[in-house]
Amino acid sequence: MSEPAASTPVQAGELVAEGLCHGYGDGEDRKDVVRDCSFSIAPGKLSVMIGPSGCGKSTLVRLLAGFERPQRGVLTLDGVPITGPSRDRQVVFQESALFPWMTTYDNLVYGPRARQDDGPATHALAETLLRRVGLQGFRDSYPPQLSGGMQRRAELARALINDPKVMILDEPFRGLDALTKELMWDYCARLFEESGRTNLFVTTDIDEAVFLADRILIMSQVPTRLRAVLEVDLPRPRVLADLVDSDRANAIKAEALTLLHEEAMKSFAHGSQAAADFVEAYASKRTSR
Amino acid sequence: MSATSKAPALAFVRGIFSVLVLLLVWELGARSKHWMAGDLFAPLRGLLALLGFKPGYLPCLGAAPAPSGVVRSWVAILGESSYWQSWAKSFLRVMGGFLAAMLVGIPFGLSLAVSRVAFGVAFPVFEVLRPIPPLAWVPAAIIFWPTQELSISFVTFLGAFYTIVINVVGGARSIDVRYFQAARSMGSSRWDLFRRIILPGTLPSIVVGAVVGMGITWEVVVAAEMISGGGSQVGGTGGGGLGFFIWNSYVGGSYEQIVVGMISIGIAGFVSSELLRLLGRRLTPWLARR
Repeated sequence: MSEPAASTPVQAGELVAEGLCHGYGDGEDRKDVVRDCSFSIAPGKLSVMIGPSGCGKSTLVRLLAGFERPQRGVLTLDGVPITGPSRDRQVVFQESALFPWMTTYDNLVYGPRARQDDGPATHALAETLLRRVGLQGFRDSYPPQLSGGMQRRAELARALINDPKVMILDEPFRGLDALTKELMWDYCARLFEESGRTNLFVTTDIDEAVFLADRILIMSQVPTRLRAVLEVDLPRPRVLADLVDSDRANAIKAEALTLLHEEAMKSFAHGSQAAADFVEAYASKRTSR
Repeated sequence: MSATSKAPALAFVRGIFSVLVLLLVWELGARSKHWMAGDLFAPLRGLLALLGFKPGYLPCLGAAPAPSGVVRSWVAILGESSYWQSWAKSFLRVMGGFLAAMLVGIPFGLSLAVSRVAFGVAFPVFEVLRPIPPLAWVPAAIIFWPTQELSISFVTFLGAFYTIVINVVGGARSIDVRYFQAARSMGSSRWDLFRRIILPGTLPSIVVGAVVGMGITWEVVVAAEMISGGGSQVGGTGGGGLGFFIWNSYVGGSYEQIVVGMISIGIAGFVSSELLRLLGRRLTPWLARR
């Protein structure tokens, strides 16, 4: 098996950030959002990045996706510097970024069509993906006609058809109701377990992080940098209901919460409302456990 | 049946009702010369005189021809070819100006939205010219263009052009940046971005601009025809367009025909806007309610 694999090898997709600096504004108004930030996203693993809201996670996502270039520092994917957007790194955004003027199916095959790869193989793959995300009955519907959960699934499929080395999901399930969210967690975990693709999942939700992650990257308050990495050594496939009673899961959660709480307290000291909300939420979570 | 299926029928009945009330009030007002003659209305006549109105009839409505008279006059000219020629003339001018405005305005607006250079060069000029009302262009247009026909079409073109351009620029600029980011991640070329993101993303605004622009076109064509003499001999009867039809009726003292002309324009504007909306809905199926 020495010949180079035509499709993505399962273990490819290592994202490395070294000494990233990025900010907005000039002179007096300049605000560093990312400062001296280094981390690596392990290939073939599902890494979850978590941090206080407003800590600069979305800025990191834009840098990783190549929508913006870091002002300082280096970003690489499998050793190759990131210089712009690429099909290797697909982003699923916070709210639906499906093209409203295209049907589910046209959205799905957008990438292949953009690359003039519009043959029967593509269409067969699209049909398979449609079935896998349970949208075969909605192939000719427009995005506004889909429910929130369906839109998220359609967007996952639209990214997956490009066979990226890395999937970057930026709080993809924010705004979904609790039940749909838990279904989507399950869904996301299954997709990951089947493919073994490198995933970077950004969230502020600790339960989401523990359920999905192989590793949790805890980010500091703004200007953001890596604060700690927790290994989530829970066996897969995971069942949400089991995690509630799992001592190991609860221990990881407690550790993550303690670290996050410290970060939130720091930004609280800087007068951030988001941080104040977080501290309050943290306190109520502690007492309820 | 559910409330949703009853609602359109109810709205239709309300619409008919309101039109009937309008006609009734109008008819009564127009006949006020007769029923206000009695002693009973002496105080009202006194009040009107005090306010500076003519005391014999109600202000505005009393001087207007009654709807019954208008209908009679309308029926009388329905068979005349000159009336339909007026329709055709105005319609052709509107279409000429409007289509030219779409053909020039959409590419112009898109290039302003897409290219920083184009915007920097052309937008200041555009913004200086935009506040000039199309009708202020009438004398200049008559000098600019060899025929009166072209002059009038040019003025109607201006009426629609600014609205279309402003809508196209605004629409293209308000496209969500994430659509561009997603498309570029999936390997879109610049041409692909333009064709599959910018163009369809701007389409709803183009439709809005077209519908509004069409309304302005009708406003402008009528006034332009009045001012310019409608492209036919002053005092002549035929073929000057609906605006000229109204003016000619006024000059000739046929007040019923003034109203016939006004309503004709109303119908023409309504029908053309509705047709555009219908076309717009077909072009933007994703905006349809579920």
